[in-house]
Amino acid sequence: MVDHAALGARGEPFVMPIEVGKVREYARAIGSTHAGYLEDDEPVVPAHFLTTTFFWEGEHGNPWDRVQMSQQRGMHAAQEYVFHGEPPRAGTKLMCTSRIDRIFEKQSSRGGALTFVEMVTEFRDLEGTLVAEAKMTAVETAPEPAAGS
Amino acid sequence: MRPPPAPLVFGPITRSDVVRYQGASGDFQPIHHDEPFAREAGYDAPLVVGMLPAGLLTTWATDWLGPANVRRSRVRWTERVWPGDTLTCSGTVEREHVDDDGQPLVDLVLQAVNQDGAVVVQGWMTFVNPEG
Repeated sequence: MVDHAALGARGEPFVMPIEVGKVREYARAIGSTHAGYLEDDEPVVPAHFLTTTFFWEGEHGNPWDRVQMSQQRGMHAAQEYVFHGEPPRAGTKLMCTSRIDRIFEKQSSRGGALTFVEMVTEFRDLEGTLVAEAKMTAVETAPEPAAGS
Repeated sequence: MRPPPAPLVFGPITRSDVVRYQGASGDFQPIHHDEPFAREAGYDAPLVVGMLPAGLLTTWATDWLGPANVRRSRVRWTERVWPGDTLTCSGTVEREHVDDDGQPLVDLVLQAVNQDGAVVVQGWMTFVNPEG
């Protein structure tokens, strides 16, 4: 069940090096054969590649656990990446910071309450310039009423 | 604008496709590959990780307009995807415009449709227009 106290929680900043082999591996996994990913010496990252922060965030980089969303009733609803210029290229290092940015409720068309949670991750180069942002939106449906109630 | 390429048809999606994506992404959520875990959660089989069809949509678009030109990508999942599904990914130009710096941009609306005609992922992407 979503803990509203998680709003504003921040992970510890962490560094993600963009690696050429990892870019090629991700591009192949999404069915790409584009030379811009598979042959360029310093390929740009695929549009959703920054999801690979999983490998770099360590134990304290990702504040998502604070949300305590139900594994059974929670799901990934939407995902967004914005690039402030060309997507970053292999060989660069990014400083990444994640925060629980928004928690809000909506009524579903079927009547139950839906709780939405948005986590934003900022990606800065080592000079501190914002190069990309990610927004992950997850939704939790209301618990089923207990039998007989 | 150059005409859009033919739709990208991918499938039937195998569990190996899912494992390849999860290994590449680092998202090892077991519901997408661990059969006993998926059954325990109430599914008949592990469901396909949503970021795989989302990535296929972006692949169709970057093949057309170029990987270095991507400036924004947003996806929303509307239906579950299962191993065995075949997805058809394509899109259309929603708008051509110029940003505050005078840079020509093109906005796309995309969708991945399964073999039954259901839209499983919707996407919205913005590219720098490669043709200015």
